[in-house]
Amino acid sequence: MEKFKEVSTVAAYIDRKNIDTDAIIPKQYLKAVTRDGFGDNLFDDWRYLEPGNLGDNHSLRKKNPEFFLNNSKFKGAKILVAGDNFGCGSSREHAVWALMDFGFRVVISSSFADIFYNNCFKNGLLPIKLEQENYIKIIGDIKNKNNILTINLNNQTISSKDIFIKFDIDDRRKEVLVNGIDDISETLKLKNKIIEYENKQSNKTPWVFNEK
Amino acid sequence: MKKTLYDKLWDEHHIHTYENGYSLIYIDKHLIHEVTSPQAFEGLKHAGRDIWNKNSIMAVPDHNVPTIQRDDGIKDPISKLQVDALNKNCKNNDLLKFDLDDVRQGIVHVVGPEQGILLPGMTVVCGDSHTSTHGALAALAFGIGTSEVEHVLATQCLLQKKSLNMNIKVDGEMSKYFYSKDLALVIISQIGTAGGTGYAIEYTGSAIKNLSMESRMTLCNMTIEAGATTGLVAVDDTTIEYVQNRPYAPKEQNLAEAKKFWKNLISDHGVHYDKTINIDISKSSPMITWGTSPEMAVNVDGKLPDLEDEKFSDKRQDLINAFNYMGLKEKQNVNSIELDKIFIGSCTNSRIEDLRIVADIVKNKKIAKNIKSAIIVPGSGLVKEEAEKEGLDKIFMKSGFEWRSPGCSMCLGMNDDKLSEYERCASTSNRNFEGRQGRLGRTHLVSPATAAAAAIHGHFVDVRDI
Ligand code: SF4
Repeated sequence: MEKFKEVSTVAAYIDRKNIDTDAIIPKQYLKAVTRDGFGDNLFDDWRYLEPGNLGDNHSLRKKNPEFFLNNSKFKGAKILVAGDNFGCGSSREHAVWALMDFGFRVVISSSFADIFYNNCFKNGLLPIKLEQENYIKIIGDIKNKNNILTINLNNQTISSKDIFIKFDIDDRRKEVLVNGIDDISETLKLKNKIIEYENKQSNKTPWVFNEK
Repeated sequence: MKKTLYDKLWDEHHIHTYENGYSLIYIDKHLIHEVTSPQAFEGLKHAGRDIWNKNSIMAVPDHNVPTIQRDDGIKDPISKLQVDALNKNCKNNDLLKFDLDDVRQGIVHVVGPEQGILLPGMTVVCGDSHTSTHGALAALAFGIGTSEVEHVLATQCLLQKKSLNMNIKVDGEMSKYFYSKDLALVIISQIGTAGGTGYAIEYTGSAIKNLSMESRMTLCNMTIEAGATTGLVAVDDTTIEYVQNRPYAPKEQNLAEAKKFWKNLISDHGVHYDKTINIDISKSSPMITWGTSPEMAVNVDGKLPDLEDEKFSDKRQDLINAFNYMGLKEKQNVNSIELDKIFIGSCTNSRIEDLRIVADIVKNKKIAKNIKSAIIVPGSGLVKEEAEKEGLDKIFMKSGFEWRSPGCSMCLGMNDDKLSEYERCASTSNRNFEGRQGRLGRTHLVSPATAAAAAIHGHFVDVRDI
């Protein structure tokens, strides 16, 4: 996984709570068997005025001019700011792949759904959860002033010319992003412990380990 | 120290705790379907890794499969590619899989418990958020993303931080025509779709004790809609009765041992939960969701919210969005809502018990003229077979329902079963999100009984009145 680097761009803001992963990437695109190419279909139902399908030429589809991602002032944004409980619903990791493929590296919200939050760290996307007070500060900063935000993960800061906010993140999650750690290799370092556990348990609860 | 059921399941599978507070826990069973697994197998191959324990895996195609004309195979070439990828990955690795022509094929969360592959006390994962279903068996079960699917394939473990414990204690007698689906909607509308975030929920209380295994599965299934990835019910006689004769359940000496082990899968008396919610269910009415989030639910005899009441609430804009999307107005009677389609199915409500309830209501009646289509999609081939043995399929078809082959179907509309723009559906599935059943489609989540009654009347009615 790529290491997370400092991000400094405008922030795209959507004023909506409970954005679910069905909305982030609709079902018809889940038929793909690869991890990339989902960016064109990020928020597909909201972003385009016409229905779309996997394999369509999406540049030919009519866009919804009122949708925030189609607003030229958010062009090049690597930071997404959205309402409470972002990423709820389906476990589809495609939601994270779509956000990243589109170009986002950071999502800021006042809260995230558990599975989505977890999926972010497996792919190098930084979800920042802010207390209500700081969340409102950020909104003020980007909504009225369209300020450039700078996200520094090492120092755990969000800053612009007008604000400076510290955010919390747990140490392990931070380490994973900063160093681009591959969880599987980490786990396999404990290979012997896993085998030891299996040996112990297959005596205690043999039916769990039955051959099919 | 006293432990909750969740604590016990956690401790039993705990392998290691890192300094940073994360733990490595062992995964006993891994369910796989065609949509969230191809990239994981690809990643595994790319890294040159093997599957740790092939016996832990059960695979079944369900999300993408057609529910009619099965003999012709999958017509949509893109869907076919995905199902073929599943076939190939299972074949190359010699994994247990139930194919489309196997009577045991069905929705992954229906098939697992039905086969006795999932048992009390196990840890169970699947690249699907409704894995919470299996908590009904007192198994620690939760949904994961594709990277974690790959992690489990490669290591048989997951990195986890322990959740907090929440007790939802439900007491009182459930009235007739009030089902566990209604109960789930009562709970979600009370605690909200993020109310359970960070918690493992255990359902306790006399009303839970009285639920059948299938009803418990419905309730645990909907736990994810309350934000918790895990929902649990402790082992009792109902649990053991359900699991003991299943094809893959332990036999003879092993069964005796297993039963002893299972009986301990209960929370210790007087244990402390981080949060407890008490619900009295005796006066509750059937529930209907009116909006675009499962928490937007009202009683069948109720009205849609009054925006005047929400003047200063931060929910106001959400309500307006939902009214607009759903084509509904504030203060409208929920009974006045007319429907275009009826969907009975999904991992929430497609088991035999659900189908019997529907048959009971629609017997000798015809679906209303304004209903364009009403489909019943059994959860598995075995559910289908049983329903046909009982003659339920005849009752359904005589009433005007279509009787389909098993799969996820219109729960998420990845196959041909979906809503067209602005069509309105009474659905026994679990999500009413925008576009879930089809672009611009409008979904109302209900119990099978309420869906059946709506099919007959063409609009929502109180099933207790008919
Ligand atoms: S029936 Fe619906 S919720 Fe259940 S596994 Fe299939 S798509 Fe997911």
